[in-house]
Amino acid sequence: MGESLTLGRKRPADTILYGLIYFCAFLSVALLALILLYVLIRGVGSVNWAFLTTVTSKLKGTVGIAGNLLNTLMIVVLTMLAALPIGVGAAVYLNEYAKPGKLVSLIEFATETLSGIPSILFGLFGSMFFGETLGLGYSLLTGALTLMLMVLPLITRNTQEALKTVPDSYRQGAVGLGAGKWYTIRTILLPSAMPGILTGAILAIGRIVGESAALLFTAGAAKTLPKTLSKFFAKIFQSGGTLTIQLYLSATSEGDFSTAFGIAVVLLVVVLLINMGAKALARRLDVQNRT
Amino acid sequence: MKKTKGIPGHGAFTAERLARALLLICAVVAIFAVCAITFYLFAKGLPALHRVGVGELLFGTIWKPTAAEPRFGIAYIILSSIAGTALSVLVGVPVGLLTAVFLTEVSSKRLSAIVQPAVELLAAIPSVIYGLLGMMLLNPVLYKLEKIIFAGSTTHQYTGGADLLAAVIVLAIMILPTVISVSASAIRAVPGQLRAASLALGASKMQTIWGVTVPAAKSGILTGVVLGIGRALGEAMAINMVAGGSVNLPLPFNSVRFLTTQLVSEMGYAEGIHRQVLFTVGLVLYLFIMIVNLVLQRLRREGGKDDG
Repeated sequence: MGESLTLGRKRPADTILYGLIYFCAFLSVALLALILLYVLIRGVGSVNWAFLTTVTSKLKGTVGIAGNLLNTLMIVVLTMLAALPIGVGAAVYLNEYAKPGKLVSLIEFATETLSGIPSILFGLFGSMFFGETLGLGYSLLTGALTLMLMVLPLITRNTQEALKTVPDSYRQGAVGLGAGKWYTIRTILLPSAMPGILTGAILAIGRIVGESAALLFTAGAAKTLPKTLSKFFAKIFQSGGTLTIQLYLSATSEGDFSTAFGIAVVLLVVVLLINMGAKALARRLDVQNRT
Repeated sequence: MKKTKGIPGHGAFTAERLARALLLICAVVAIFAVCAITFYLFAKGLPALHRVGVGELLFGTIWKPTAAEPRFGIAYIILSSIAGTALSVLVGVPVGLLTAVFLTEVSSKRLSAIVQPAVELLAAIPSVIYGLLGMMLLNPVLYKLEKIIFAGSTTHQYTGGADLLAAVIVLAIMILPTVISVSASAIRAVPGQLRAASLALGASKMQTIWGVTVPAAKSGILTGVVLGIGRALGEAMAINMVAGGSVNLPLPFNSVRFLTTQLVSEMGYAEGIHRQVLFTVGLVLYLFIMIVNLVLQRLRREGGKDDG
């Protein structure tokens, strides 16, 4: 099929190009395989029950990342608590209420811009605005608010896409039955768009779990575990390092590579699960659209 | 809203208005955020330009923030960011484009089912893991290379393999998924008739791809390239771990500082004017990113026109 009709033979340039194309595609797969294998081989030995459930302490002689796991979880929950309503709300406004005009293009411009800003600048801004101006200092809350701004475009855009796929007949049907706009949104549009919204949310969680630069100067690096419930809630206002931050510190200033690779294994597993979850949801969304 | 009564949701006329107002607030958060970020970066970044002097700060090459007579020249840092980004794009884009062509034009369904998810996973791996692997795998290899190349040199400062080259390789890998997925969807959007016409005229498959399909997807591919530039410019943690970290002229085997890594490594302890200068570094990075963003939005608008 590939050959020219006028020439009976293959063009040598074509063969070279085919070779290059296959090589590049192979390169991506090989890179991924190398990363996964190397991290697994170096790191799997450090991961055990104690590693996941204790805190590194010279006094007790334990090596563990439980504090960092908890910090990561808390940052994810706090960030999503803020970002999900705002992101979905913005998408609903843009898609259902706003008429095309200056304000809409301004909001869309702002969302695009926000998604292009690198995480280190979010971190810089977060430490200045949330940390200093609002006086939250180095805390999980500062980190979460910073990340909220960072994942906002992701959630807004995914929700918008999902809302666009809800057929207009749903809206007309609801209006025809006399339902108000907000009522329609609440009972018909948002449930229909739910798989899309969830996909956005899962992708956002993936970004939060993998984020490091934006957290270094906002959430800090503490890794203790709270002992009581009140201390657990107080933790929101205290510094806490996530898994990525601990990996960075272990690999650089602490020079503890077995911990670094152990965390890398945990992070890869989480990322893999998130990736699979988002895919499963997207597939469901796709099936729904077709039928 | 219509004022019918006795129908679900309509007891709540005020709820409708409240919802609308709240949703509007959600929508303007993005505008507020961009304005606040811009304002803060300018407000915190400009004073140092004034105190140190624009020429000395932006074009000075000596960075000695904690010396008795401190010098704050960030010219090499800016140059390193530009060089690192340009080189990584130079390496990453051809590989990415060829992979995109593989996924859309060459591959069988079975092979695509391996390559596509691999690319998506590469995009999802946290940057600290790229940094960690760069430290463990790339730096030792580059150190060996360094020892061979500079065997007789008396002036070369050994970096242990933590140099610009390492950062470029890591960045090239990190921008690959962006370039691949954006280019691939651009190529997929090229109408089938174009390919069919070219093949019917007797062009080979490769001639069709490079003479017809890829040029037709030009603006989409360019979008991918610009997105890659933005990503490379803004990456901080991974390259902070592999690039050494001395302020140097960006030569392949020099240990270098980028705009981003400058912030990562010194924000933690900097005080006074040193801290202010770091904000200026952030401002410079922000301005670069804004240029990239504006190019991107223009490209997207043009792409949108092509479709319509």
